[in-house]
Amino acid sequence: MKRVTQHALFWPATTLVLLLIASSVFNPQFLSLAWRDGHLYGSAIDILNRAAPLMVVSLGMTLVIAVRGLDISVGAVVAIAAAVAALMIGGSFSASGEVASKFPLWLALGSALAIAAACGLWNGLLVVKAGMQPIVATLILMVAGRGIAQLLTGGQIITVYYPPYFKLGNGFLAGLPVALWIAALLWAALHFLLSRTALGLFIRAIGGNPEAARVAGVRSSAITLCVYTFCGLAAGVAGLIISSNVKSADANNAGQLLELDAILAVTLGGTALTGGRFTLAGTVLGALIIQTLTSMIYSLGVPPEVNLVVKAALVFAVMLLQSPEFRALVAGSARRTGAASK
Amino acid sequence: MSNVEPEIVLRARDITRAFPGVQALAGVDLTLRAGEVHALMGQNGAGKSTLIKVLTGVYAPDAGSIELLGRPITPASPIHAQELGLSAVHQESHLLPNLSVAENICAGRYPRRPWSRGGGIDWRETNKRARELLAGLGIVLDVTQLAGGLPAALQQLATVARAVATDARVLILDEPTSSLDADEVQALFALIRRLRDQGVAILFVTHFLDQVYEICDRMTVLRNGKFVGEYACARLDARGLVAAMVGREIANAEKPAVSHVPADAATRPPVLAAKNISRRGQLKPMDIELRSGEVLGLAGLLGSGRTELARLLFALDARDSGDIAIDGNPVRLDGPADALALEIGFCPEDRKHSGIVADLSVRENIALALQARMGLRKFLKFSDQCALAEKLVAALGVKTASIETPIGQLSGGNQQKAIIARWLATHPRVLILDEPTRGIDVAAKQELMREVLELAQGGTAVLFISAEIEEVVRVADRILVLRDRSKAGELERGCGEDAVYAMIANAPGAPA
Repeated sequence: MKRVTQHALFWPATTLVLLLIASSVFNPQFLSLAWRDGHLYGSAIDILNRAAPLMVVSLGMTLVIAVRGLDISVGAVVAIAAAVAALMIGGSFSASGEVASKFPLWLALGSALAIAAACGLWNGLLVVKAGMQPIVATLILMVAGRGIAQLLTGGQIITVYYPPYFKLGNGFLAGLPVALWIAALLWAALHFLLSRTALGLFIRAIGGNPEAARVAGVRSSAITLCVYTFCGLAAGVAGLIISSNVKSADANNAGQLLELDAILAVTLGGTALTGGRFTLAGTVLGALIIQTLTSMIYSLGVPPEVNLVVKAALVFAVMLLQSPEFRALVAGSARRTGAASK
Repeated sequence: MSNVEPEIVLRARDITRAFPGVQALAGVDLTLRAGEVHALMGQNGAGKSTLIKVLTGVYAPDAGSIELLGRPITPASPIHAQELGLSAVHQESHLLPNLSVAENICAGRYPRRPWSRGGGIDWRETNKRARELLAGLGIVLDVTQLAGGLPAALQQLATVARAVATDARVLILDEPTSSLDADEVQALFALIRRLRDQGVAILFVTHFLDQVYEICDRMTVLRNGKFVGEYACARLDARGLVAAMVGREIANAEKPAVSHVPADAATRPPVLAAKNISRRGQLKPMDIELRSGEVLGLAGLLGSGRTELARLLFALDARDSGDIAIDGNPVRLDGPADALALEIGFCPEDRKHSGIVADLSVRENIALALQARMGLRKFLKFSDQCALAEKLVAALGVKTASIETPIGQLSGGNQQKAIIARWLATHPRVLILDEPTRGIDVAAKQELMREVLELAQGGTAVLFISAEIEEVVRVADRILVLRDRSKAGELERGCGEDAVYAMIANAPGAPA
């Protein structure tokens, strides 16, 4: 039993299960799944679909945090990738129903991702080569990036009229949302890289003690650069999913505050913010916890004006549940009252 | 000499403490008396650190009692222990580098300005108190400068000063001399004697036997977490002490290392040759050659450029000038990863900061350098890592519950061995050992030096750096002496310690 409770994923998983139970108490339909139009339907599928962009961003964030970094520019990179894709695809509304993309779809997606990866590389260079504090280095792009996105879109919401693009955020594959497949694929690829190559060991060494890793001959700078670049790329992928989902690019709001949700997801999952110890599976659970919370608030019919307060209260409760110190405190006082009543 | 038995200040009885898989302390007694310096002796892993941590409230003992001046105490934290009158100074100085010396010394007890003068911290008074405290202890130093900028030795003295600023009745010194040179040790000893004469009971932990006999009155010996005995220093000689610590006689503890140097070593072409390497403010231009099968000793005082030279050879710091050749071919050496690819290994002096990755297991720490050389894609299989780690842990006698134990939980000497194991795993052609014997016990030092000699016999070129000249003389085939960040000269094997001292001091009569 102790081994179970001491597993790194025990508390994130417990939290998620508790949230799911709570949701199904409020909404008995919550856990029911149906097969309709050739794919699965249900609140759970909806949560998975909506959590996909956050999962993708958080996976990148996990690695950055694991090497003692932080990337608060991911929300802005989401906006940039969305703007680039939307501009390059565009399409126009025509009565005949004929639609065409301005550039081939693969080129548009590729360019958006390349620019997103370049944003990540830029962050990495500032941190590794210029020696900036990660939070300051990425703050630059957090502010400037959204500006660039607004410049690209001319401050307008760019609407996309090209149905093939909508598949990313709305389509289904083998009964499950395409976005979920993308997140799962990314997770699987990362898991493979971390467990079948030495990347996992190197990242934990760099995060655990950067100087010792360097002295041991680990190419810390190169790996850290790659990690930031990957984080940018992941944000780009999320940007495509998000803009495809809403069939437009909104430079002002796309990915707004996503960086904070991502950091929260990473933390909820059990990754140490001080670097070194990280878990991808935990991060996925963390992203699901956040999306379940959000969905729960909507399904409870909480008025929009108190939405954020309720969410904050729930996040607070979740964090308390996950804090070993708090649990020890509760267990201790429970023991004391138990002993006193005897 | 008075015949009155000195007052007992601290008495710990039957202290027991276990960690998962390790019985760190089992029924240990310790008695400290006013106005005495008491040595706590034992090998790595004997339980010295654990006992200190129990006394200072870091760990609660599983069993046993502690009495201070006859009253039972249960220190709950280092701060609580300090309030009770038990202060400790640890191996690595714990001044906050970004605060001034005065701020460090008065931390937590800053003098306040009266509200009539605006309240807040009275900085002038802070500086004055710190200056007076240091002056009272015979230390002259600018208290307004940042602690991080001070040499290690002065930081150590300031740390002791801070520890006694709270009117400590018991002062625990955990390897305070491990990074000090001879003069600095004497300065520290003067301070210790002064405190002793004021009636403070001092517990002194060190691996240097001569220092024990120089300053201590009594000693308590631990072995494998058990209490071996309490002895008056005058009644137990060094040989007896080592036997008590190790549990067996080390007959040849003081014999010089066996001669091993191959006949042609001196004429072999160097594996690594550095010409004219320098770095501004750290090392003046100098040449150095390392030959296969040879141990080159590097001797010099603290600050003479020993570590700086090692860091340049491993490309941890960028050199301002100089070329490095391997087997006579000029090579690119611009970072540790290059050095690793050229089959150079480096055990750094500061193992906590640049050696171990505390959270990673012993296995992962050992595999790290080899894996770094093999690159990302050729991943050492888990079973291979285990086999490698098991083999080296056994070969070097690393004491650990398992190879999956986080290395941070090992004692200092065992961490050091594991870091050496990390480099042995890469089969280096050149191995640079910067203070490999620092903070490890006599028996482990013996083993380590034997290991160094075996390595050299296997054809590795070893650069052996140590502040202890006696060690360098014993192990090295050739000794390169540094003075004032440049090369003072070279000495051949068998030159004796005095010749090294003479060259360091630039005394007349020294070979040029």
